[in-house]
Amino acid sequence: MKLSSVKELEDLRKKIQSRRDPDKPCIAVCGGPGCLAKQCLQVRDEFIKEISAKGLKNNVDIRTTGCHGYCERGPIALIFPQGIFYQRLSIDDVAEIVDNTIINNKIVPRLLYSDVEAKQVIEKENDIPFYKKQTRLILGNNSMIDPHSIEDYLAIGGYSALGKVLGSMKSFEVLEDIKKSGLRGRGGGGFHTGRKWESTRDAPGDIKYVICNADEGDPGAFMDRSILEGNPHSVLEGMIIGAYTIGSSEGYVYVRNEYPLALKNVTFAIKQARELGLLGNNILGSGFSFDVKVNRGGGAFVCGESTALMASLEGKPGEPRAKYIHTSEKGLWDKPSNLNNVETWANVPMIINKGSEWYSGIGTESSKGTKVFSLVGKINNTGLVEVPMGMTLREIIFDIGGGIPGGKAFKAVQTGGPSGGCIPEEHLDIPVDYERLTEVGSMMGSGGMIVMDEDTCMVDLAKYFTNFLEEESCGKCVPCREGLRRMGEILKDITQGKGSMEDLLLIEDLAGMLKDASLCGLGITAANPVMSTLKYFRDEYVAHITDHKCPAGVCRELITYGIDPDNCTGCGLCKKNCPPEAISGERKQTHVLDTEKCIKCGICYDVCKFDAVRKE
Amino acid sequence: MSKKSEKPRGEMISFMLNGAQVQADPKWSLLEAIQFYGISIPTLCHDEGLTPYGVCRLCVVEVGNGSRTKIVASCMHPVTEGLNVRTHSNRVIKTRKMILELLIARCPSSKKLQDMAAMLELKEVRFDPLNDDCILCGLCVRMCEEQMIAKAIGYAGRGTQRYITTPFDMTTDECRKCGACMYICPVIELRCQGPQAETTLCSGCINTEPVCAPIYGEAMCFMVPCLSCVKKPEDVK
Repeated sequence: MKLSSVKELEDLRKKIQSRRDPDKPCIAVCGGPGCLAKQCLQVRDEFIKEISAKGLKNNVDIRTTGCHGYCERGPIALIFPQGIFYQRLSIDDVAEIVDNTIINNKIVPRLLYSDVEAKQVIEKENDIPFYKKQTRLILGNNSMIDPHSIEDYLAIGGYSALGKVLGSMKSFEVLEDIKKSGLRGRGGGGFHTGRKWESTRDAPGDIKYVICNADEGDPGAFMDRSILEGNPHSVLEGMIIGAYTIGSSEGYVYVRNEYPLALKNVTFAIKQARELGLLGNNILGSGFSFDVKVNRGGGAFVCGESTALMASLEGKPGEPRAKYIHTSEKGLWDKPSNLNNVETWANVPMIINKGSEWYSGIGTESSKGTKVFSLVGKINNTGLVEVPMGMTLREIIFDIGGGIPGGKAFKAVQTGGPSGGCIPEEHLDIPVDYERLTEVGSMMGSGGMIVMDEDTCMVDLAKYFTNFLEEESCGKCVPCREGLRRMGEILKDITQGKGSMEDLLLIEDLAGMLKDASLCGLGITAANPVMSTLKYFRDEYVAHITDHKCPAGVCRELITYGIDPDNCTGCGLCKKNCPPEAISGERKQTHVLDTEKCIKCGICYDVCKFDAVRKE
Repeated sequence: MSKKSEKPRGEMISFMLNGAQVQADPKWSLLEAIQFYGISIPTLCHDEGLTPYGVCRLCVVEVGNGSRTKIVASCMHPVTEGLNVRTHSNRVIKTRKMILELLIARCPSSKKLQDMAAMLELKEVRFDPLNDDCILCGLCVRMCEEQMIAKAIGYAGRGTQRYITTPFDMTTDECRKCGACMYICPVIELRCQGPQAETTLCSGCINTEPVCAPIYGEAMCFMVPCLSCVKKPEDVK
């Protein structure tokens, strides 16, 4: 069935909504990447089996949704209409939930979230500290929608922004709205979306393209993935509105090929939207035509850079080119092209529906709206968080993230992916927005947030990210290819105790050159991890160089293991586990470690229950 | 619309070059304009007859005013009205020296790079030499594609593993062995591959009579003796 007018769309929505009983129980099982890894699909299948065994098949809905964000507690299931939040489920818990909650409307306290500090269990999702401080404008809908069901999306008001735009707005009015909202690119650069749209719209040429950048490749980041997997229609709706404003009739979604579910869901969503006439010729009878194609990524991190992405779309190697002439004038196939990130597109329908004033009321002076961060690393509540711009890093890490596990001390947080900087404790109270993060030597990036505790060696960390970027550099321009290679060599020397103080000057020279002379954003920002750690943790670099010590005890060449005779009980656990058999000693006698044989694998340190293995 | 296209055809635009007000054709790249005014800046990956590629980054210049300046590659940057360009500011020199240092560390035996180092007064290389032959400027790839219409060579690998080769590292018919790649290579120090390569000094066998025409039919020989044609047909594998 093709919808031929905005009225037909609204009629269809009313029909879907009237068919739905708000009191009908629904089990929403999270099918996000974190829960998938914890066998959530088996849990869902068990729910289906249990529900049909009890003969409730027609009385209960079971929905597999996108990511709910709280990956630490997966697999997660929400029970509607009550909104009960069950966490860390296994297939054994399913029967109990169905018996108690679904049939008898009783709660299973054992599966609820328990707050250690307050010593109580929490029933509703929004009362859990992790969710309480969040503003989940984009991710919030994930639990309401089965990504394969366009009806679910229509039922919660999906495509109403498109209806509003096509039914009653001129394209310049849409543009004004987006400009006034203050929305900025969520992919990293933070360019004003409205201005970007305007320059593509004003660029000469009949053929224009809109592109969605879903080539998210930062280690530890999965924001775009979760949006595209959980709510692909919101991204499509944003793209259609963008295309209408810019005057484009063709769009591309460039999805990272390593995201098979995102690829599947967005392809399915496009098919459904086409069937309803929300994509294709003469959308909703407005005379405006637009279609979207999906392109699988070429498998390179640098393909997330806009010009490299366009080269890859054209079928060429994914290598960037100089951007002195903007892609809004000459982009894909030298035609004016507008590229935005997944999260940026997903913001668009919301702004149209609720108005630019509402949107610009959220956030700080220069950064509006909310931002999704993926909170990972040494943190209690791993997962996706969506907070209004301007929240402090401390609130995100300690109030939402629940602080550092194991009573360890916080050391630094790296924001903005591999080329972001490390922010130390002293700057934790800065509000998160584009400008303030840049001021302290990091960046917003696409929203990765890696938390590190006291056991992290900052030199080793800088080495890791430099090596990552060196491997992912396309190798086209000299500064990035040769500069990162040399930067990696110097850092390797320092972690092996072979560095000198002159090396630090050389690093600074290299970093300055990388920032100034590199061809694309990868090289320009590549020195951030090194420079920020050098700025805030210079003493660690100096300790590696002058004292040949790794204060965090990470760099293998600089540490030695030994057994403390006062604590050793002679249990033999270390001896049993030592791969090179470097530990000797009789049972119940103090053991001795032969440093000549020791390969510094650290297994003895990890297995010792009596704190008898010392690392220096 | 950019300022460039608003200008009527043939009208020059003016910009500041090292403090002097100068005029330039809006179609020029910044590098072309700079060279037109006789200012010499080093380049490795640029050639008049080929599309600019912008990878060696030696032609960088500083543009902008006050504290809001940035370093750009002049071979790729268009000339725009009112642009303030400095070709030899401290920041530019520092950047060029660092890039050249990296290139020499990669390819220490290249005479071209050594000469350039003397010109830029680069006195010390702080990295271990890699003894590579190729600086990956890409001139040969563009020469082969754009002037020889052969597309016989291209890039393989990524990042530090990047190298220039034929498809799948195999000999192909696409390569007519014209030698244009060797002609354009700025760092070539390859031993002459002439008929007595093993026994004579390099260039000792120079044959001033091109022999490529009879071998390659109508193929145009663009080059001053490129030395590759001294190979006899039977030597060409």
